[in-house]
Amino acid sequence: MSAADGATHTADLTVTTTPAPWVARTSQRPGRETFTALRMQQVSRWYGKSPALLDLDLELRRGEFVALLGPSGCGKSTALACLAGLQPLTTGTIWRDEERIDVLPPERRGFGMVFQNYALFPHLSVQRNVEFGLRMRKVGRPDRERRAREALALVQLTEHAAKLPSQLSGGQQQRVAIARALAVDPDVVLMDEPLSNLDAALRVEMRTEIKRLYQERDLSVLYVTHDQEEALSLATRLVVLRSGRLEQTGTPEEVYTHPASAYVASFMGYRNLFPAQLGRVSGDARRASVEVTALGTTLTGTWRSPGDPVPGTSVSVAVRPEDVVVGASPSGPSAPDALAAVAEVVEYHGRELAVRARTAAGLVLHLKTDRPVVAGTRLALSVPPERVLVYADSPTAGSPAADAPIAAEVSRGAEH
Amino acid sequence: MALSTEPRPGAVVAPAPPTGRPLRHRLAERGVDRGLLLLLPAAVCTVGLFVYPFLYGVSISFQPLRGGGALTNYTDFLADAYQRDSILKTLRLAVPVAAVSVAAATPLAFQLRRDFRGRGAITLVLMLPITFGSVLVAQGMARVFSPYGWLNLLLSDLGLGTHQLIYNYWGTLIAAVLTSLPFSFLLLMGFFGGIERSLEDAAATLGAGRATRFWRIVLPLALPGIVSAFTLALVEAFAIFPSAILVGQPDNATHVLTLPIYQAASQRSDYPAAAAIAVVMTVLELAILGLLQFARSRLYRGAAAGGKG
Amino acid sequence: MTTTTPTQSLGTHGRTPQRRARTGRRPTLTAVITYAATAAFALVVLSVLGSVVVESFASSWRSGWWPRSGTTSWYGEAWRTSGVSQALVTTFEVGIAVVVIALLAGVPAGWVLARKAFPGRSVVLIVLLLPIILPQITYATQLAAMMYRIGLGGTLTAVVLVNIVPALPLVVLITIPFVEQVNPAVEDAARVFGAGTWQLFSRVLVPLLLPGVAAAGILTLVRVLGSFELTFFVSSADTQTLVVAIFGALSNPGGVAAGLVAAMTVYYMLVAVLGLAVSLRFANPVTAVSRHR
Repeated sequence: MSAADGATHTADLTVTTTPAPWVARTSQRPGRETFTALRMQQVSRWYGKSPALLDLDLELRRGEFVALLGPSGCGKSTALACLAGLQPLTTGTIWRDEERIDVLPPERRGFGMVFQNYALFPHLSVQRNVEFGLRMRKVGRPDRERRAREALALVQLTEHAAKLPSQLSGGQQQRVAIARALAVDPDVVLMDEPLSNLDAALRVEMRTEIKRLYQERDLSVLYVTHDQEEALSLATRLVVLRSGRLEQTGTPEEVYTHPASAYVASFMGYRNLFPAQLGRVSGDARRASVEVTALGTTLTGTWRSPGDPVPGTSVSVAVRPEDVVVGASPSGPSAPDALAAVAEVVEYHGRELAVRARTAAGLVLHLKTDRPVVAGTRLALSVPPERVLVYADSPTAGSPAADAPIAAEVSRGAEH
Repeated sequence: MALSTEPRPGAVVAPAPPTGRPLRHRLAERGVDRGLLLLLPAAVCTVGLFVYPFLYGVSISFQPLRGGGALTNYTDFLADAYQRDSILKTLRLAVPVAAVSVAAATPLAFQLRRDFRGRGAITLVLMLPITFGSVLVAQGMARVFSPYGWLNLLLSDLGLGTHQLIYNYWGTLIAAVLTSLPFSFLLLMGFFGGIERSLEDAAATLGAGRATRFWRIVLPLALPGIVSAFTLALVEAFAIFPSAILVGQPDNATHVLTLPIYQAASQRSDYPAAAAIAVVMTVLELAILGLLQFARSRLYRGAAAGGKG
Repeated sequence: MTTTTPTQSLGTHGRTPQRRARTGRRPTLTAVITYAATAAFALVVLSVLGSVVVESFASSWRSGWWPRSGTTSWYGEAWRTSGVSQALVTTFEVGIAVVVIALLAGVPAGWVLARKAFPGRSVVLIVLLLPIILPQITYATQLAAMMYRIGLGGTLTAVVLVNIVPALPLVVLITIPFVEQVNPAVEDAARVFGAGTWQLFSRVLVPLLLPGVAAAGILTLVRVLGSFELTFFVSSADTQTLVVAIFGALSNPGGVAAGLVAAMTVYYMLVAVLGLAVSLRFANPVTAVSRHR
């Protein structure tokens, strides 16, 4: 349950009793009807002295499509591997409803899993690959073949059943991997960046396929990706990880419109991310209206971090290119003056233009517009204050804005 | 979506390559250019030091020292039951050595395929027999395996009696396994380690326990490698020589093919006879190698046809 | 089933609790058997090799677990009388000469075979590899006969030449996968930026192939040190390598004192261990061996 304002989800640690031993042993194949929620509680995974996961609390409820999002190294694949049992936990527990499953080996957890590199058995035909899980569950031959055929029909690969994986294209192999995971009718399907090895057009195709399967079969999915577009289009809930910790969780719309930190913003397409100094603060502590100054340019924005804004501190500012308006300010006389900038680079994107503009003081802004902008011309830019997101620079995490690529442009601009 | 392969009426016919290109271009298209000159030093060494002596040997094998027909050396060798038996004795030694090495190395290599603490130490110990060679191994065996050696002392202390494990067939077998097993082990460890971890993970998530994962996933994929390892071990076992003399029974049980060659050349200086026996040995070994390669290719084709699941 | 209570073991700085992995897997029976078997094998290997060392320090050792008395005199005697010093020098000279020649001829050959597809390539490859497929004995005698015929019999040159025969294929075999690892696009890029063939090799290929060349060189050296049959048939008393000298002593019907031979062998072991140590520093034996075909 995420709070209405999209703030970071806090764990509720209520279950501390361990189930009776016999419960764990008999959980070979719980029916899908009995599964309500999957929970990782305070899970940590250390490799020697460095943590891949740190006190992670993650929940997947039945019917959800949760996307684990983050850059490489943030721990998302490790979280999935721990959940599947392919890696041991250093601390923490994993629960399926009232049953503790982190003590079970992967072959007894009953998940379906789709691997990034497909992991199809090269010596088995497509049909036998898909049948494998059913064979492990000692399903009789006629049932096994029927269910495998149904799974292959779901992904439209029926005519390739007798082929070997090496005879299929990448996209087809991925579909076999999906069919193999679905054939066993699991409670939860785990997907580890399944589309990252496909080319762009195929990726979009498969994304729709996965969404269709999820809706048709009423699955519960935990999906790991570094692609925000994928996450936004597929998920019912996003979980953003940072260095092994949970950074934000919420619906795609919540995370997209109200990222909880500059880190999440950088992931959600807030391409304008730069450091600034905090000026005047007005309004109440929540949703305070603040003035920020970067390279002599002053903007009015909205305070998004949990603590109180302190004037004079350095902050990070995030603005989406789509939110930058070209032309006169839309908000009337009380809005700040429009920024004067020169269009440097203009890219044609079909429906709109992507423009990189620079103010006289050297502040670089990326924006999108459908107005006919030509490189070298002057522009008047403005951003509605509620779309200028201002975040505190945390002492431990430093200033994400300072690491953002745009910061380099800003400092380069300052030399002019 | 099948594309029609017939040209539409009125379509342009594909152009033909121009005629009259220089020879150099035509050769280069087929891969022959100046870069091939880099092969020259190796080619010279191989032809001069191997191909020529080998062919020379084959030719003198048909020129027996003490007269008689061209095939005298061969008939002499094959007619003599004692000499002829050396073929059998070679096989009786080489095949078990290779089989034992590979059979023992396979489970070891599978268990130890992933990195673990002490892998370096184990690898080092296993490299020792290979590094030191069969002469040293044979020499050291005397103290350990002889009737009053350490092993028999231990066995009699344990009440298991003494056993003659040296200066007979077993001595040579043990010496050969001591050098052959490590090599097979390292080779197989590479093969098993080369099987992607994600395949075993996938099998696990689908419900396969450890034993099932080994028998259904790892072993079928490693089988070509195992056959390769067996082939290599067999090739090495064929060449057993010093240990057959030092810790075997060179006159009897371990009178392998290498010994008549040695005896003919060093003791009788009868190089033609030695060459003839060498040819016999070569033919035998190439025949067995051919058989194994054929079996291996059948294995691949079997797996490639989507064989058993 | 397994409700493990967290055991707090202090990490290196005591800050992070490192608990044992909690999937509850004890080593399986097959694992235990495997480790036991490996340990047994290792024990046999070490005892076989160790017995030689012990023997070299024994003044007389008839039977029983240990020799009754010890001495170090065998080492001195071996050095002085049985030509160990000469054999050591010979062994090194032969080893280094063979490695240098094998590398100079084998690495370019390996590059050509790995990169270029030309008519007859498979034939060339097979012929090149035959010396290590066939037992050395099958060509050792004829090779020796040829050496004697051209008057090189018994000389150091002959020993070097005969040892090149199995060394060359080994170098080629090890070089090929290393060359295949280098992206051919890198060579193309070098050419686009103006590198001629010499510069291509000296500035791009050799630095990239250095690990492979080192692995090949050192593995070859170790093999040459222990090589027996070929040297045996062409060497004379003052051009024999250490292994041949030891074999001669062992098979001498007059009986050389066991301790003396053992001392000779220990000299050889030291050399071989040195070669092994150097080789492990530069090359991973598992990968080198697993590329061996």
